[in-house]
Amino acid sequence: MANDGKPIVAAPTAKDFRGDISPDWCPGCGDFGVLRSLEMACAKTGRQPHDFITISGIGCSSNLPGFINTYGMHTLHGRSLAVATGMKLANHEMKIVVTGGDGDGYGIGGNHFLHTVRRNIDLLYIVMNNQIYGLTIGQTSPTSRMGMKTKSTPFGSVEQPLNPLALAILSGATYVARGFSGDTKHLAELMYRGIEHNGFALIDVFSPCITFNKDNTFAFFKQRLNKLEEQGHDPTNMQAALEQSMIWGDEIPIGLFYEDTTRDALEDLEPVLQDGALGRKTDLAITKEQGEAILKGMM
Amino acid sequence: MEKYDFAIGMGGAPGQGIESSGPLLLRICARRGVYAFTYSAYQSLIRGGHTFLTMRLCSEPVANHGDKIDLVIALNQDAMDKHLQNVVSGGAILYNSDNTKPGAEVPENVQLCPLSFKELSNNSRNRIMLNTLLLGATLNMIGAGLEQLENILTIQFQRKGQAVVDENVGIARAGYEHAAEHFTPFATPLPIQDKPLAVTTGNDMMAMGGAAAGVKFYCAYPMSPSTGVLHWMAANARDLGIMVRQVEDEIGVANMAIGAAHGGCRAMCATSGGGFALMSEAIGSAGMMEIPVVFINVQRGGPSTGLPTKTEQGDLWQLLGASQGDFPKIIVAPTSIVDGFEVIPELFNLVDKYQCPGMVLSDLTLSMGYTNIAPELINWNQKIDRGEIITDDDDSGDKYQRFKITESGISPRALPGTPGHVHVVATDDHDEDGVLISDEFTNPHKRRDIMEKRQRKMDGIMAELPAPTVTGPEDADLTLVGWGSTDSLLDEAASLLRAEGYKTNHIHFRWLYPMDEEKVNHILSKCKCAVIVEGNYTGQFARFLRGETGFKAAGHIRKYDGEPFMPHHVVDGAKEIEAGKTELYIPYQEIVV
Repeated sequence: MANDGKPIVAAPTAKDFRGDISPDWCPGCGDFGVLRSLEMACAKTGRQPHDFITISGIGCSSNLPGFINTYGMHTLHGRSLAVATGMKLANHEMKIVVTGGDGDGYGIGGNHFLHTVRRNIDLLYIVMNNQIYGLTIGQTSPTSRMGMKTKSTPFGSVEQPLNPLALAILSGATYVARGFSGDTKHLAELMYRGIEHNGFALIDVFSPCITFNKDNTFAFFKQRLNKLEEQGHDPTNMQAALEQSMIWGDEIPIGLFYEDTTRDALEDLEPVLQDGALGRKTDLAITKEQGEAILKGMM
Repeated sequence: MEKYDFAIGMGGAPGQGIESSGPLLLRICARRGVYAFTYSAYQSLIRGGHTFLTMRLCSEPVANHGDKIDLVIALNQDAMDKHLQNVVSGGAILYNSDNTKPGAEVPENVQLCPLSFKELSNNSRNRIMLNTLLLGATLNMIGAGLEQLENILTIQFQRKGQAVVDENVGIARAGYEHAAEHFTPFATPLPIQDKPLAVTTGNDMMAMGGAAAGVKFYCAYPMSPSTGVLHWMAANARDLGIMVRQVEDEIGVANMAIGAAHGGCRAMCATSGGGFALMSEAIGSAGMMEIPVVFINVQRGGPSTGLPTKTEQGDLWQLLGASQGDFPKIIVAPTSIVDGFEVIPELFNLVDKYQCPGMVLSDLTLSMGYTNIAPELINWNQKIDRGEIITDDDDSGDKYQRFKITESGISPRALPGTPGHVHVVATDDHDEDGVLISDEFTNPHKRRDIMEKRQRKMDGIMAELPAPTVTGPEDADLTLVGWGSTDSLLDEAASLLRAEGYKTNHIHFRWLYPMDEEKVNHILSKCKCAVIVEGNYTGQFARFLRGETGFKAAGHIRKYDGEPFMPHHVVDGAKEIEAGKTELYIPYQEIVV
């Protein structure tokens, strides 16, 4: 038994990634499927719970780190990617999974989203996209469709929703996928590949809010979703990926849209990280030689 | 030897070379062992506008720009018009007679020193060399010889070929020789002292203090006047193994630093007031998640975008009130450029021990001022104490609780990645295990316990922080009270007042928060006539001090025109307050740019 009260297991299964606290989501919430998929994906990597840190912002879906058995940080609204970037650069030996919702990631955290994508830092970002603000009881979100009636848009939204997949592909993401919380096996596989991908990985997940979004329901998605894997889509083709990302209607594609394995991740390009995790260094003092060299430059 | 204390003011348009010839002159002084402090009055423009650089050169350590200008180097007519009247009696003004003329009113006993750039440069079209010509003349006037300048110019222009070296050295020499022939040099020459000195700035020193403290993560968004810290860190990052990042905005900066700190790095970031406002929410989250991070705010004139290139001490209440709710935090204001170095390792040891955010309150005067200091003042061998950190599983069987309730309020901190200590830190309030108590688990007793646990850390911090310093006679009739960057200024003002027969001492605050009422009142209770000196409109420190201790000063000297105090501003104000003429004195700024 380890200090945290958990048994030590050589090959953890999905169950070993299950946290002690039961989720406080509404019964039937799409986020349950995302949590289960993530437990499966983490287990499939063969790593230990302490090798992972799950970092979130604020929102219903951002409560996820409290429900999974990994290290966790439940940060401020919209700031998870900035915190995760610092965390990764301090300890790039850990696997970082960032979770949150569409409001958290594409709304209040939009600036961090764009810049984290272009940096291609190695982490998996899972956005539970329910096209609504749930925790604040039902307002429009950056991915709500035109015309959608919510508490803040009682006459229907007149704003165009943003397209997170196209935005990520164009901003330099190297792994861009979409999943559905109603298909946990498929989603878990996307997550597993996203964790193992060296670089920034985005998985936008349709995770229906059964309480506040009466438009984008499980039934809505089940009728429309089809898998890119079954259509011969080539994820290394950026043009094709962009075209697929813009399809919305009777058919909506899910799966791996885009993957570029040729680009270095940010950590690979930083010489100061080549010598182990910075946050684990114990010899922090400036050496005599370093100090003298600096002084010489000042004289 | 008599004390050498001489000030040169260099005025002109940005791009005319002041930003390079100022440091050049400092370097010459540093090699001769002459101390210096500079203040650059400049504007937020890359070209155009007006810059006035005051360089105070001294045989003894100096940390403010003083009261007078002995020699003005006027690079254009604007500088002549603005600064001729600032020259003291017995002083001189150097200028290019091709296009600059003294006005009608030349002050008495000021030597006019015209040079024709056209004639002396053989009609060179390289007009940037005007400042080299005038620098050559300056060196003659202050009796410094030309050799060091020639050496520095040779090294500086070597890459560009011998012709460029010759051209630059030639024009410096032309200025030097012209001055020797036509102008009267100052009676006391620039001394040569035993030990060469180092040239530095406040921002450089805070960055170096970070490096000495073992900072391994630094990030920032560029913002005047704090950007120098980023530049130093970026330039030295690879040699020192520091991860340096420029981030998309200050919200990202603060949160990224928090992430890196949670990952185990000593993490630091710097900004100015506007950027600090964006960081505020994150600072509260560091308090809630109990993550040690250092945030530097280099104050400039506010409110809002305010005066980007001017100084102020106007952000105290912003720091005191940064972020919602109550949480342990430490605020310190470095008292000099050298202190900028020392304060950072001290603060890191405290924030690591108490697992809370620490804030450094610098200002433009301190951060962007250049100074010459004795190199041995930079002590790289700083104590590094990381506090209670767990990095391995000890298999003790004791249940690990990240936020364990303890008498000191300090809980054992396991770094993520450590086997056997898996836990969540949250910005929602939480119990000892890190489980949220904010939503369905809300429990008023748990909330009270965890709040009291966190706040108990403040008792420990308060006990460790030293009392404010007192310099001068204990039984003084007049006491100057200040905080942060004005330490040297107030010491000098107190000494000037004593020379005029006022028994004056000086109380200075470096650690601002938390403030120990008992310790501080013990000192303040001895004041007969206290004058609080600070660079803002509302008396932010005076109000804070009164709130914490009940102390009411006899009078106040405040400045909020963007320019730093000069010693005589304080002397004049203190005398008026002491005489009962006023309770609030606002000095008049004589040097205007």
